[in-house]
Formats: sequence, C-alpha cells, structure tokens
Amino acid sequence: MGDLLRTPLYEEHIRDKAKMVDFAGWEMPVQYTSIIEEVENVRKDVGIFDVSHMGEIFIEGPETVRFVDFLITNDFAGITYGDAIYSPMCNENGGIIDDLIAYKVNSEKAYLVVNASNKDKDFEWISRWAKKFDVEVTDRSMEYGLIAIQGPNAEKKLQEIADIVLSELGFYTFKEGRIRGVKGIISRTGYTGEDGFEFLVEWDMAVTVWRTLKEYGMKPAGLGARDLLRLEASYLLYGSDMDENANPLEAGLSWTVKLDKEDFIGKEALQKVKAEGTTRRLVGMVLEGRNIARHGYKIFKDGEEVGFITSGSYSPTLGKSIALGYVKKPHTKKGTKLQVEIRKKMVEAEVVKLPFYRGSVKSKK
Amino acid sequence: MKKYSKTHEWVEVLEGSKARIGISNHAQEELGDIVYVDLPEVGKEIKKGEEFMSIESVKAAEDIYAPVSGKVVAVNEKLSDTPELVNQDAEGEGWLVEVELSDPSELDDLMTEEEYKKFVEQEG
Repeated sequence: MGDLLRTPLYEEHIRDKAKMVDFAGWEMPVQYTSIIEEVENVRKDVGIFDVSHMGEIFIEGPETVRFVDFLITNDFAGITYGDAIYSPMCNENGGIIDDLIAYKVNSEKAYLVVNASNKDKDFEWISRWAKKFDVEVTDRSMEYGLIAIQGPNAEKKLQEIADIVLSELGFYTFKEGRIRGVKGIISRTGYTGEDGFEFLVEWDMAVTVWRTLKEYGMKPAGLGARDLLRLEASYLLYGSDMDENANPLEAGLSWTVKLDKEDFIGKEALQKVKAEGTTRRLVGMVLEGRNIARHGYKIFKDGEEVGFITSGSYSPTLGKSIALGYVKKPHTKKGTKLQVEIRKKMVEAEVVKLPFYRGSVKSKK
Repeated sequence: MKKYSKTHEWVEVLEGSKARIGISNHAQEELGDIVYVDLPEVGKEIKKGEEFMSIESVKAAEDIYAPVSGKVVAVNEKLSDTPELVNQDAEGEGWLVEVELSDPSELDDLMTEEEYKKFVEQEG
C-alpha cells in the first residue's frame, strides 16, 4: 500500500498481525482477531482504538471563541473552558462539511478533532474564514496521536495508570493528565455508545501509552469494530450517513443546531429549512432476517421508492440486522413498515426509535 | 479428498455421486466475520460456474459459485443459527450443501489441495 500515511502505532498493529486497510489515505487496522469479538469486548469490558488518523486543527488568538462559534452550528460560546462539544460544521447552504468535536481550552485557544477524510478540506475552509477574525489556524494532525479507551470498565482500568481522578471528569469534558507518566489530554468522549476516554498524546509518545494500556489488559479493536459499535449506538459516520448534500436537521442532528445563537455559517439556510420543514429524515430500521442492508440500497414503501440506506450491518449486540437511511416523509414514523431491496430481493424493515443500543455511555449533566 | 475451484469453493465426494460443498478456509478468512448464510432450497438444481447462494459478512455480501453441477439434496441447517461455524471450520463443520452430482467428470477440472494452495499464493 504505497503512499499511505501511517499512524505512530503502525508497527504495533503489524506486530499484532492486524488486517490493514486503506482508510481515508491512512493504513489502518480494520481488525486484530475478529470484528465481532472486538465489539463484544468493548461492550462487556474495555477496548483500545488507534484513532491517530483523525485531524487536529488548532485555533488560537483573541477571537478564538467567537470564531469557533461562527464556524459550527452548536453552542461553542456557551460551554465553559475544559468542555468539549459535538457539532456539525456547515457551508452557507446548510450542507454538512464535516462533523467534529470542538475542545475549548481557554479564551484564546481551542482545537477541533475532525474526520481524517475531511481534514484538508476542513483546514482550507477554516483558514478561509479565519481571515475575517483575529485568530491563527494550524493543522497539527501530524503532531498528535489519539487513542480511544472504550467500554464499561474503561474508568476502572484506566484509573490504575492515570494521575487525575477520572470519576470527576464529566461527559464531554477534558483535562491535562498523565497515563503512567506520559502527558496528554484526557477527554471523556467516544464513538462507541460505551463510557470511555480519548487520550491526545504527542506523536512520539503514543507507542509508550499504547503498550501500557495493553500491559494493563486492554485489548486493541480495529476500525471494523468501531464502525459496528458506532452504528449500534446510532452515531453518524461522515461520508456514509451525511455529506454536503445533507443538512443537520434531516440527519437527526437538530439538537446540535442552535438557530437562536449569534450568526454562524449556514444559519440563514437552516432557518429556512426549519421554517419550511424537511422533506426526508434519517431513520433507524430493523430488518427481518439476517440480510444486511448496505450503503446505497433502495428503500421502498409498498412499491414506491422512498429512500436509500446510508449504513447497515448485522448487530452482534442485538442479534439483528440494523440500518440507517434517508426516508421521505411521512414514512419516517416509528413502526412504519418499509422494504429494502437487497440484491434483487425485497426484505421487510421496520422504522425504530434511535439509538438501536445504548451502552454505558454517560450523559451530559 | 477435497477438490477446489478457482472461486474458492471445495467439493468432497461422500459416497457414490453424493458430494459436499463448502468454501475454503482462505475464502472465509478473506470474508471475515460471517453473519448470514443464505442457503438454497433442497431440490435446487445448481450448475457449475453459476452462483447458487450467498454469504454475508460484516464486510460484504459474497456470491457463492457452484464448483460442480447437480441437485441439492441437503443443506447445513446449523448455519441458520450459527453462521460463524463457517469462520470456525470452513472445510469441516461449516460445510454448506450436499448435492447429487450430475456429471462426476467435472471433478477432474478442479484443483487438488496442493494446486489450490499454489493458486492462492499466486493470486496473492
């Protein structure tokens, strides 16, 4: 796999005999043992993920808070220092450029953790708008490794080697801390539906931390497990469940769009969408049998095409075939019977309430 | 003795013209976690080189091609509830169907285990 980027943990994955794949230009571990085993381990105990491919874009300067609040749809101005917030970042038409987590360090410093697949596009977009503000934008993606520690036992196991009191670290907050001596930023965030943390660490120190976590009984999980876990927890994946042709209101992300806050990119367009109402909505479906509805498959209601699948898989946790997809209104209500065309066969599906599964993940106080 | 096809299925003659069909261990490794085996009906006529059933893994849906022609006389019912059996033992307990061969000479076109191993290596 020539020309692919490698995370600081690449050698570790090779030693662990992980199956490697090209993901957004990075050579990443998709699985170590079995995707399903890795999912079960995260649901029952704790697993660790190398997510160093994700981008880190730093914003610094006197207008940092006002600028980030202008960039994203969620309320960045309203959170306190040491808080993080999940948000879409939209274009002027309300289309989603990326979804990200914004970390508010202090009045003059913040950083955004963005999707690897969108990092360059994001950086360009952010830099363009930054000209109107007193801020400096830096892409530090190659300076940091990022390790996710996820599962119901994450706090207990990580506490043995962390120097800050993890029980005091609230959901979507972060703090500087050390993992057996190695300094970094510990946040209570994740993408699995389980309680857990993410550790942002200097590139060269990531290996030391990874080995420590393994030594303390935490098993690696790959991108395959990560994708299944996020789908069960109904977290959206950029590029599959949303893109620039979708707006956050139809993607089920209304809770992240603060139309009453000060100006932000896409505000006018989204106000209009809200006033006129959306024509489609991202819904969750449970399918009959074990056939998997995959990205792009068509959705029907009694013969009429009403939408398409954005993500689907077999959920080992629920023992059911589950899927997300955009469906035309009014066929979006819970209990609606739909049909998904799977390889020339019509398979019955029912619209269900999301999330499909809620694990040990904390909620915001 | 098992014989293998270029599309990674195996055939093993049980007795007379009755044979068992499955996918190779290499094929199950490539597929990854198998979550659904869409078995054909007993009685279905299958034709060498044509797809006759499919397997879904977390990663992808894969058509399975008939390595020989014949009539399906039994299917591995265990796979409906435990499709992962194919991952665990693709060339044993994880067999897919049993067929009555319509032309046993078709077996001659298939590869021996040795030849198949080389074929997989070359395919890289």
